Amino acid sequence: MSIHWAALGNTFGVSLLITLGVVTAFCLGISALSRREAVLADGGSAVRGGGALVVAVVAFAACAAAVGYGLYLIAGA
Amino acid sequence: MEHISFLVTVVIITALAFDFTNGFHDTANAMATSIATGALRPKVAVAISGVLNLAGAFLSVAVAKTISGGLVDEKAGIQPAVVFAALIGAIIWNLVTWLRGIPSSSSHALYGGLIGATLVAVGMHGVHFDVVVTKILIPAAASPIVAGVAAWGATKIAYRTTAKGSKNVNNMGFKFGQIASASLVSLAHGTNDAQKTMGVITLTLVTAGAVAPGSNPPTWVIVSSGLAIALGTYLGGWRIIRTLGKGIAEIEAPQGFAAQTASATVILTSSHMGFGLSTTQVCSGGIMGAGKAGPTGRVNWSTARRMAYAWGLTLPAAALLGGGGALLVDRGAVGEVLLAMIGVGASAWIYVLSRRQRIDAGNVVDVPAVGEGPAAPLTPVPAASGPIAA
Repeated sequence: MSIHWAALGNTFGVSLLITLGVVTAFCLGISALSRREAVLADGGSAVRGGGALVVAVVAFAACAAAVGYGLYLIAGA
Repeated sequence: MEHISFLVTVVIITALAFDFTNGFHDTANAMATSIATGALRPKVAVAISGVLNLAGAFLSVAVAKTISGGLVDEKAGIQPAVVFAALIGAIIWNLVTWLRGIPSSSSHALYGGLIGATLVAVGMHGVHFDVVVTKILIPAAASPIVAGVAAWGATKIAYRTTAKGSKNVNNMGFKFGQIASASLVSLAHGTNDAQKTMGVITLTLVTAGAVAPGSNPPTWVIVSSGLAIALGTYLGGWRIIRTLGKGIAEIEAPQGFAAQTASATVILTSSHMGFGLSTTQVCSGGIMGAGKAGPTGRVNWSTARRMAYAWGLTLPAAALLGGGGALLVDRGAVGEVLLAMIGVGASAWIYVLSRRQRIDAGNVVDVPAVGEGPAAPLTPVPAASGPIAA
């Protein structure tokens, strides 16, 4: 009986990294939205608010891409 | 579908019945935390989960093809009656654990039933024990821990990075994240678990000679398996939803999001690698990790311990039930009828027991929070242990 410890370790290591990556991206997106709300509420410049919005969009797009890749994996497996 | 014997028809119906119990047993995996935090209303949550389970069933047939050839030896002379015994064993174990609100693994119940029935019917050589250890036991032990660690880290990140943000934005954002990640878990569950039933039905059809060995599940098998698991999911296993959503830890939206994201990731990467792990165990591990990393840091370890015992028991218990069933069907038609009566009788009895202490969409989250009130943090939540078991 051969136990593929390396495959198992890889699988779980990758899972850990993807989870932390996606959650970090999502949280960056949320806090960027918070910043934008704060800037706009203080009557700050639309440019600074816009910058935060771009950060949020990029962060959420990264999450969506990860989900898309996950779907691609189960559909193709 | 020509020349399918009466027994094969019964086995297929039983397989779909198992699929149905699998659905409501596992609704909690995806939706318990979303229901607990109020991100989704209970009825809406189970509807979304049901639809996504159905969709997931159509995504792939890879798991279905491995179940027959991998775990047990199809060439060892497994008869439809043996599969029948396995399924009855798995259904009874699933119902008993559901009655007690314990999130045990439906997959392990099915595997256990198959292993026990095959052992009794054809002997040791019928079961691939190396596959059992490498593809089931080791991933089963490791995956909840990995999901727990990932969810713990994810929860810490979620609270740290958004601490200064607007409450409103955080709340909306994390609830959206919860719904998205829970949906992904539902989809992955449909893909994994509906396929296990497809695999069993296909195995039965192969043993009966109705389809060629190694063929894909026929379309009607895919459709009926998908529908059965979706219906079961929509029914909602409220007892287990309460245990997972409220019994382990008090879960807030960021924790729910972290736990579900970790679970979805572990399930998807592992099934991609061919490890047949349990959705239930992964999701429970994720919730424990997220609970530990949350603002209170309180996890109800006594509930967690009871759950872990049930996980360890599931495979041998279902194997015993499946093996006992195989002894019965070995007696011929009389034994088969007797087993069918036992299966129906036991299910009906458990259903009657469950009506004494109803848990449904209306009262699923009406329990005191973990550690609140006079109870010390480490004592069991009364609502999650006593009344459910009553």
